[in-house]
Amino acid sequence: MLPGLAYFLLFHYGALVGNVIAFKEYVPFDGLWGSPWVGLGNFQRMFEDGEFWAAVLNTVWIAVLQLVFYFPVPLGLALLLHSLTWSSVRRFVQSVAYLPHFISWVIVVALFQQLLGDTGLLNSSLDGMGLHSVDIIGNPDAFKPLVVAQVIWKDAGWGTIIFLAALAQVDEQQYEAAAIDGAGPWRRFWHVTLPAIRPVVVLLLIMRLGDILSVGFEQMLLQRDAVGPETAEIIDTFVYYQGIVGGDYGFAAAAGLFKGVIGALLVYAANKVAHRLGEQGVYK
Amino acid sequence: MSAHVRPGWLEKPKPLTQAAKALALVAVVLLVCVPFLVIVSTSLASTDEVVANGGWVLWPTEPTLDAYRDILEGGIVTHALGVSAGVTIVGTLLSLVCTVTLAYALSRPGVFGARPALLLILFTFLFPPGMIPSFLLVKELGLLDNYASLVLPVLVNVFNLVVLRGFFQGIPEELYEAARLDGAGDWRVLVSIVLPLSKAALAVVGLFYAVAYWNSWFYASLYLESDHWPLQQVLRTYVVAGSGLTDATTGEGTITAPQTVQMAVLVIATVPILLVYPFLQKYFTKGVLTGAIKS
Repeated sequence: MLPGLAYFLLFHYGALVGNVIAFKEYVPFDGLWGSPWVGLGNFQRMFEDGEFWAAVLNTVWIAVLQLVFYFPVPLGLALLLHSLTWSSVRRFVQSVAYLPHFISWVIVVALFQQLLGDTGLLNSSLDGMGLHSVDIIGNPDAFKPLVVAQVIWKDAGWGTIIFLAALAQVDEQQYEAAAIDGAGPWRRFWHVTLPAIRPVVVLLLIMRLGDILSVGFEQMLLQRDAVGPETAEIIDTFVYYQGIVGGDYGFAAAAGLFKGVIGALLVYAANKVAHRLGEQGVYK
Repeated sequence: MSAHVRPGWLEKPKPLTQAAKALALVAVVLLVCVPFLVIVSTSLASTDEVVANGGWVLWPTEPTLDAYRDILEGGIVTHALGVSAGVTIVGTLLSLVCTVTLAYALSRPGVFGARPALLLILFTFLFPPGMIPSFLLVKELGLLDNYASLVLPVLVNVFNLVVLRGFFQGIPEELYEAARLDGAGDWRVLVSIVLPLSKAALAVVGLFYAVAYWNSWFYASLYLESDHWPLQQVLRTYVVAGSGLTDATTGEGTITAPQTVQMAVLVIATVPILLVYPFLQKYFTKGVLTGAIKS
């Protein structure tokens, strides 16, 4: 037990304490503790920084798009898979659909470049048919739909697992009883299936809302250069470019801390609301 | 394989519904498989064919392994492959040992300090420390440009820990008691009773760790000098950002088109996952859910 616990104390709580840098002006020569205090100076600068607010706006905007367009996909896919009676087909499709979850973002981004980029499969085909080519990868207007599509491709299949588990726990006899009482497929879906998966749906929604300020750091970092920071900068990449690249550690840590605190408060609030509504929530 | 068992009460779906479902399933399978097919095919195609086709190939007419030979002859990719393999193997083993021992201690009733320790750990899930403090910590510990910086800061994953703990808790209490009566200590119980019963969960958690280490590139870009980079970070620089890989690996006079080489690196970076995936896939639902739902 000790090595694992030591890890948490050092790399989580040690680093958590390191957040004091957000209230300091980091001077590499003086180190973390020797650097001078600046109080809330970093936060003040952050709140007056237009680029920071643009990054916040991008983050929330992408999160909302994911909520609307990504969130229903695993649910729909799970319902489709669950409705199959041919179990070998179901298992095969499940195996294929889980797979992209295990592919790194570097490969996913390279894949999308290969298929949708300037010289990719799509554009070569359009060219071949004498049509205009469309630049999807380098086009800022297409960026947000593109990143949502990437998330769907990568994780929609994996996301079905939790819904399938909830669906599997429904007692088969409930369906049978409903069917004997004359309920058609739609009524059975409405009165048996839906109540069974509602707690899971609510739980995942809460987690997503609490996590709304995190939208795929690696995914954005990999593609930021192609479309520019105006479109692709999120809070996490802002922290990265200000701190690691720019060397303005205190300022970047302040932005990171801001994100952490808001995120934790959001989870807490969402959980409260869930309890009010009589759902189980993430924790008690 | 149990095929086609339709319960008596379930009505036969209408042909239109069946067609729609079949279409949707085929679409899902194609959406996942076609991109991989394009990559593998392009990596196997000859330069002329790739150029003639505008950068990609769906089915090579004359498959050749030239691209693979070029990059595996030595140089950046071979070295990166070694780094990735080493970090993945060592990291996965260390992570598993730490996670298993911690999960075991936290799963037994009456362990001193287990409750506060668990809360302490779950809190890190709610409130991660942040990129800048973590970076400065690694720097102050003197781990910059050390392979340990790819492993130690991500040693134990809270989700994996919770999964294993839940799994250990699901083992019947009688087994523990019987072992205790036979005079077995904690290590003995863990090694000869708990671990053999937890193969599914260990397989899944091990796979999660291995995939995470194999796929990781960001920490390498933060902490390592470029000549120590693992495969994914090399991939990022040369394929995603589009710098010239062929020049660095094969020197002058290369005859392989960059595209085929790039795709070959992609394949090499993906293959290990495709190799272990089918063997572990069947444990996913069992391993993840029994652990996660309980907690």
